[in-house]
Amino acid sequence: MSYVTKSPWIIHYDGSSCNGCDIEVLACLTPMYDVERFGIINTGNPKHADIFLVTGSVNEQNITVVKLIYEQMPEPKVVVAIGICATSGGIFKECYNIMGGIDTVIPVDVYVPGCAARPEAIIDGVVKGLGVLAEKRAAMDQKPAVAAEVKEKEEA
Amino acid sequence: MNLTTSIIGIAAYLILAPIAGGLLAGIDRKISARMQGRFGPPILQPFYDFFKLLEKEPITVNRVQDFYVMCFFIFIVITGCLFFAGGDLLLIIFSLTLASIFLVIAAFSSNSPYAQIGAERELLQMMAYEPMVLITAVGFYILNGSFNISDIVSSQVMGIQYLPGIFIGFVYILTIKLRKSPFDLSMSHHGHQELVKGLTTEFSGKTMAVIEIAHWYENIFLLGFVYLFFANSLAWSPVLAVVVCLATYFLEILIDNSYARMKWQFAINASWIVAITFGFVNLLVLYFIS
Repeated sequence: MSYVTKSPWIIHYDGSSCNGCDIEVLACLTPMYDVERFGIINTGNPKHADIFLVTGSVNEQNITVVKLIYEQMPEPKVVVAIGICATSGGIFKECYNIMGGIDTVIPVDVYVPGCAARPEAIIDGVVKGLGVLAEKRAAMDQKPAVAAEVKEKEEA
Repeated sequence: MNLTTSIIGIAAYLILAPIAGGLLAGIDRKISARMQGRFGPPILQPFYDFFKLLEKEPITVNRVQDFYVMCFFIFIVITGCLFFAGGDLLLIIFSLTLASIFLVIAAFSSNSPYAQIGAERELLQMMAYEPMVLITAVGFYILNGSFNISDIVSSQVMGIQYLPGIFIGFVYILTIKLRKSPFDLSMSHHGHQELVKGLTTEFSGKTMAVIEIAHWYENIFLLGFVYLFFANSLAWSPVLAVVVCLATYFLEILIDNSYARMKWQFAINASWIVAITFGFVNLLVLYFIS
């Protein structure tokens, strides 16, 4: 079994959330839910992180920020969109400055809807993300040659 | 100490230190969690973290960075080997300083502002703890007439009887060396600090794994220093020394969980004041009675 599922480190970014989902994300770290039981740590540093938790929708000003955080995370990595705003844009979808859900900018692996998403749902979403993380890790082993080819094409 | 015991000491340190250091880190996290009213991660969690980091995609900012981090690791291991082989205390202290400097250069080489602030704070921390470490070495020299670890552990007197002030001072700066709050300025194990990963911001994957294992080696070596204060030629003294080492580590965890991070000015002032009042006064007393 891959060790990546036993020690998922998290980075949390607030897109343009109302802070409701952020509070719920942080609630997962409190004694009540204590996600460190599963080895989950809130790192605050994209280069150490395995799972990217985004709350709120993406707006015109933070597109680059979201992309930068995503690109700085080393593979294998998983993106979890927390709350309905991160999933689809929610009630802000029609706003002039809102792009929509996180998947309009970076690929999202797990969607956790809710307004605000409950801590139980967030933990469920992260655990689901662990499955995706393990798959991505296995894919890294299987076809390093394919990955290299893709990278060459991207560069060319 | 002859050649055979030196080789046994080195081999035991090389093999057992990462295991003991990792377990200590796991127990640390478990006890910290319990102090905060949480259940906490499994005891083996640091090892899971280590192997996970090895599995990650290697990303480095520049090529020279990994070289410096490897130098940091190698010199930490050499420091520990010298110590457990019964080598010279002064050489050990300066090779530890050299190791820390390599980590600082590695952080500086990345050109990242967070890593640079962390590296600068690491230098300030070194300034804070270095005087007390040197006073410790001088204290052992005055007491035993030798800087050699092998002479210190086989002497007739127990260090703590004559060096209580130096012991207190050393435990005080141990908080800095073990990267415990309130002196975890350059790099923290906890999230939600003003500078979270500081020194290690730009290290990821395998490089980070090397730093982790170097810290395990370093922590065991530092507890070895505490051991020195209680070890003498008596048969039961090693048992007492190991018990005191574990008690000291528990005290550090307690301090870690009960204090918020201090500013670097406080770190330097406080540790120099402690070094002068406890360390230097202890040296003076020792000088007059011996």
